[in-house]
Amino acid sequence: MKLHNIAINNLRRRKGKVFFLITGLLVGVAAVVALVTTTNILEEDIAHKMDEFGANILITPRSEGLSLTYGGLNLGGLSFDTKEISQADLDKIKTIKNAANVRIVSPKVFGVFENQNQKALVVGVDFPAELSLKKWWKIEGAQPASEDEILVGKDAADRFGFKSGETAEIKGETFKVAGVLEPTGSQDDNLIFMALPRTQKLFGKEGKVGMAEVAALCKNCPISEIVTQISEVIPAGKVTAVQQVVAGRMDTLHNFRKFSLGISGLVLLVGSMVVFVTMMGSVTERTREIGIFSAIGFRSSHIMRIILLEAFVVSLIAGAIGYLCGIGVTRVLLSFLTEHMPHFSLDPLVAGGAVLLSVVIGLLASLYPAMTAAKMDPSEALRTL
Amino acid sequence: MSYIKAEQVMKEFGSGDGKVTAVGGINLSIEQAEFISIMGESGAGKSTLLSMLGGLLSPSGGKILIEGIDIYGLRRDKLADFRREFMGFIFQSFQLVPYLNVVENVQLPLAVTHHSESAKKTLAMSALERVGLKDKAHRLPNQLSGGEQERVAIARAVVNEPPILFADEPTGNLDSRNSADVMSLLKLLNSEGQTIVMVTHSRKNAEFADRIVEVADGGIKETEVAAMRAAS
Repeated sequence: MKLHNIAINNLRRRKGKVFFLITGLLVGVAAVVALVTTTNILEEDIAHKMDEFGANILITPRSEGLSLTYGGLNLGGLSFDTKEISQADLDKIKTIKNAANVRIVSPKVFGVFENQNQKALVVGVDFPAELSLKKWWKIEGAQPASEDEILVGKDAADRFGFKSGETAEIKGETFKVAGVLEPTGSQDDNLIFMALPRTQKLFGKEGKVGMAEVAALCKNCPISEIVTQISEVIPAGKVTAVQQVVAGRMDTLHNFRKFSLGISGLVLLVGSMVVFVTMMGSVTERTREIGIFSAIGFRSSHIMRIILLEAFVVSLIAGAIGYLCGIGVTRVLLSFLTEHMPHFSLDPLVAGGAVLLSVVIGLLASLYPAMTAAKMDPSEALRTL
Repeated sequence: MSYIKAEQVMKEFGSGDGKVTAVGGINLSIEQAEFISIMGESGAGKSTLLSMLGGLLSPSGGKILIEGIDIYGLRRDKLADFRREFMGFIFQSFQLVPYLNVVENVQLPLAVTHHSESAKKTLAMSALERVGLKDKAHRLPNQLSGGEQERVAIARAVVNEPPILFADEPTGNLDSRNSADVMSLLKLLNSEGQTIVMVTHSRKNAEFADRIVEVADGGIKETEVAAMRAAS
């Protein structure tokens, strides 16, 4: 017979009360787990989608000169006959510390197409990367499938009379117009997109790149660090973070987290109140029993230990079940909040955190009832002697 | 030197105009291995006196000395240790813990001692054997009769072999046959050297003791049972 036998036996006997206690705490823990897990997953999901939605880093040649813009963004010293970055330099991005965060690198090379006094900028792109970066593009026709196929902006197509499925002659070479972009309202409407190797060859820029757009997944890493790391491996390039895009993304994520933390705190407060009230009621109900313990020589610390041990066991169970329930609730929530159920697995860190949180709250909420029990006067408690 | 000594012990409840004196300036000496009964009308203060002697209720004035130690001069935890080591309690309504079985109830005073688990169980089974309930060790209190529950309470009170046993109306809830059994058991424990202080309403049970202390009007009147018998 040890103190823990008394605590465990009492819990076994008071199944209804234990159930109520566990439920109270479990709801709180489950809510926190569900909110935290859902927030994390949605954050990942949103960050992923947002990072896919356009570039957040630009790499332009490091030169002082003519200032040009592309898509409303400053391209630094880019001009059509300025020095280009080596395409091989871009491969070095794969070696930076945060390489895993770099999702898309879309290199570009530029050339001018002129026909009957009409000029247009030809942009050589890596079509898979470019299409992945510009998910808002809608193509009338098809995506270019080979180096002989081009994609034309709406205004450029109108000016030169290019139509989807027909052929077009550029610098003496014949291309098939695979598709025409629906109006985007951006500079893309005036551009002609061609496969990068073919453009480099056509304009005599083999192995050169005019600029590159980079989409980095920056949820868990400061974008400035990635910028610094890329600058180190491409000294010829001027690497710039598109600050307003980055700041906007981070703000959205932070607000989402703040909201879920606020709700979690509120639910936990209610859970701890349930534990406090139930434990206080339990102590009052067990006044005589506590009187016996005190009369036969249990110290205040022994009585406190019994009460806190009970709270510990209940909190431990509530934490474990609460975590599992929270994961269940997360699955349900995600089925409503996302189109495709994101993959997620049981996280030992969140599980450990949930149990720890439950135990800390259970013990804190039981501290005052335990102290009340420990301070109880044995004679008053027994009222018989 | 007396084993238990109450010096000018008094207890007042309430304050101001509502102040009530339950025990007023009592002096009482109890020798080692003595069996005394405390009697008195309801509300006379006999249970209050027993509580104070047993270290459960701090007196408003005076001192309680046990083996020369002023027990209310001890800190709360030290007093709890003292109770565990020196005193066993038998309460009026058995006061067994309902969710512990018989042997676990008997082991309760040992729960915070340094005995090994097997030693605790051996001591508890030995105490149960003394009260004739070894065969019911694994029953819950609600599966026992009143007399059996009282005997479990006695086994719990003596399991750690305390030198002093305090009993408050130990036969208050028992029929005459069970009362006689319990009193015989207490007498046996006393004959083995245990000091017993018992509160009772029953003159018949009180006469099992060596001395009867009658509490009335805040004071006491002591009678030697042997002398009383000789006189009658």
